[in-house]
Amino acid sequence: MAEGIHREGAKSAKAINDSATVAPLRFTQYLRAVAAIVRKDVAAEIRSRELISAMLVFSLLVVLIFNFALELDRFARENVAAGVLWVTFIFAGTLGLNRTFAAEKDRGSFDGLLLAPVDRTTIYFGKLLATMIFMLIVEAIVIPVFSVLYGLSLIQPLLFAVVLLGTLGYAGVGTLLACMAVHTRTRDVLLPILLFPVTIPVVIAAVKSSAGILLASQWSDIAIWFNLLIVYDTIFIAIAFMVFDYLVEE
Amino acid sequence: MNTATTPRALQILTVITIILFVIALGLVFFYAPREATMGEVQRIFYFHVPSAWVGGLAFLVTLVAGVGFLRTGDYKWDRVGLSSVEIGITFSIMTLFSGMLWARPSWNTWWTWDPRLTTFTIVLLLYFAYLMLRQGIEDPGRRARFASVYGIVAFISVPITYFAIQLARSIHPVIFGSANPNAEGDSSLTPEMLHTFFFCLFTFTVLYVTLLWHRVRLASYAERVEQLKAKALAA
Repeated sequence: MAEGIHREGAKSAKAINDSATVAPLRFTQYLRAVAAIVRKDVAAEIRSRELISAMLVFSLLVVLIFNFALELDRFARENVAAGVLWVTFIFAGTLGLNRTFAAEKDRGSFDGLLLAPVDRTTIYFGKLLATMIFMLIVEAIVIPVFSVLYGLSLIQPLLFAVVLLGTLGYAGVGTLLACMAVHTRTRDVLLPILLFPVTIPVVIAAVKSSAGILLASQWSDIAIWFNLLIVYDTIFIAIAFMVFDYLVEE
Repeated sequence: MNTATTPRALQILTVITIILFVIALGLVFFYAPREATMGEVQRIFYFHVPSAWVGGLAFLVTLVAGVGFLRTGDYKWDRVGLSSVEIGITFSIMTLFSGMLWARPSWNTWWTWDPRLTTFTIVLLLYFAYLMLRQGIEDPGRRARFASVYGIVAFISVPITYFAIQLARSIHPVIFGSANPNAEGDSSLTPEMLHTFFFCLFTFTVLYVTLLWHRVRLASYAERVEQLKAKALAA
């Protein structure tokens, strides 16, 4: 047993050396490691079903509360629908993000992940994808419900693209900051405080482009918001990729 | 190492800063002419814009210090980052309040959702979050690493936020945009005004350097006290 671990360790040290020289060959392994983490999180969620159901019920509650808080008549609805939708997604997303690392840390399994002989940024991408999957499942349920409750046609391909890009940007920054927040004393409270001011561009761009799609604006008016979302996603995921190692080093 | 006394250079710099500040005040009140349309209240401009500049500079220094810490692991950088954020927040609040005092008589409102104003408020919230993040972490190494990362992420988000807000607002007319005298390339400033402005800008930059130096020294003393306490407890 000890012999086996030793050999594993030697192999991983060699693997790290190799990764510096022959990067292209390692890429599939990198993807496999990311996929393994995603699979693990999804499997844990399928068995416990605690996160998605909480996010979903919370989202529906937010939608209902907005209905009363804003006195949404037909005209108001068309104007604020995009805003209500995204505020719902973002609040629900915060719930999910709070759990991604907290569950690992509370069960002590985060150290196990860190010990795995793979590039640590795979943890970031694995967690990012898992969070995205959870958020997208919730969004896929909330959007039709929202369409029925508010009498709007939200089922449009462009809107799905916006939801995908917006969720990617939000979860991208959120996963990075959640990894920080989980190590602080006030973790659940701190995450939104860290996250919201950084993600304001995502919210603005997502709301504006969704509103443009709902009001059937011209593509030229919406395109700039699409570009902003893509730029934001690219920049922040690149930054997260560069700095994530520093967050998990012990 | 004699750390108990203030270094000679810092003493001199402090005196120079005080002298510069007195001269700057003199220029603002006696040299710069009275602005024709806004009157005396326009003199806020000479301190308002340099405060904003120092705020931005301080947060940029925090970003640089964050990169420096992550690359070298030297705690000197962490102290610079924290000190710079505190100074930056102070000057940003000064900018915000002097801006409100100025806005009331000239725009007839305390507050407007102008892109610059809104972005500035978000920047303040970002760096309050930075301080709260630091407060929540006990381990010094982790605190320095996390703070460095957040300092980098926060600073990079600011231009994107400004761009997004400006774009969102541009659909509505920006009513006060043209009335803003600190728009770049504004030729309505007389040479005396420009002299005063650039002198104030210089003075505030020197003031920033002086404050940063003092604050970093304070931070290293605080760290030493912590170390001595730990040693005393361990003994």
